[in-house]
Amino acid sequence: MKGLLYLTIGTFFGIVMYKSEAASWFRIYEMFNFQSIHMYGLMGSALGVGVLVVQYLKRKSVRDINNQPIVIVNKDKGISWYAIGGVIFGLGWALAGACPGPMFVLAGAGYLPILIVILGAMLGTWFYGLLKDKLPH
Amino acid sequence: MEWITAPWPWFVSGPLIALTMFTLLYVGKNFGMSSNLRTLCTICGADKTSDFFRFDWKSQRWNLIVMLGAILGGFLASHFLSDNQIPELNSKTIEMLHDSGFQSAGTAYVPSELFGDQAFTSPKTIIILLIGGLLVGFGARYAGGCTSGHSISGLSNLQLPSLIATIGFFIGGLLMVHLIFPLIF
Repeated sequence: MKGLLYLTIGTFFGIVMYKSEAASWFRIYEMFNFQSIHMYGLMGSALGVGVLVVQYLKRKSVRDINNQPIVIVNKDKGISWYAIGGVIFGLGWALAGACPGPMFVLAGAGYLPILIVILGAMLGTWFYGLLKDKLPH
Repeated sequence: MEWITAPWPWFVSGPLIALTMFTLLYVGKNFGMSSNLRTLCTICGADKTSDFFRFDWKSQRWNLIVMLGAILGGFLASHFLSDNQIPELNSKTIEMLHDSGFQSAGTAYVPSELFGDQAFTSPKTIIILLIGGLLVGFGARYAGGCTSGHSISGLSNLQLPSLIATIGFFIGGLLMVHLIFPLIF
């Protein structure tokens, strides 16, 4: 039953990613050339609504479906290296034209070469796990 | 029905992305797609190679189901909710892409030069896609999250690490498009 709920949320997310063109390599390229408001408006409006509602939920201590407090897990404070990881991620985002959500959306849409990107992303995650203790954090 | 099959404007889609995050929060979960890559590694046996992958992956089953939903959503959106959707790019962007060898710009959802079936027989394309994925996977874990976990969820919660990571995402993207693309395309 819960599984069906998660499947529905994911399906909705996948449809939005495709229809909004956040899953289009072209849109990512256009964004990094500052030639359209599209992606900035997309992320900006998601964020605008996101900030307002999350702050409201926190102020009113709204509880979730299980009557637990709604919490967004704080990211660790090891700040400086987040930037390095971020830059590496950004390089890949622009090259493959897809981040981890849209990758799977494109697989569903039938663009099979995206499977190479997904394989690469799994390998990248694995390399991180192997090197984690040797990397500065 | 035409408003469904037409491309969705950003001011509709953006709030719908936020709605995805709220729905997950409401059912007691956090929005973050790249965690699934770690879970997939564990399922493939990476837990035998590093502590990083030794966790109870079943606790992440819900997120894998969200991921399956995203695949299904991509299928439904492209096959039933679109009439051959092609992004209406800036004409300058299309011109630049044509000059760099992307003849499909303006006629396809994603470049057929990278995502057409001939990709599997072009070593250059395979390497580009594989390296793109590698950087995304490695970077997402090093940064502690991706566009969903940091740029949407973390920033909505006004977290400084998420702001730093998001600035990093953009610096990386700008470096790739402006410094590296001229060398490879």
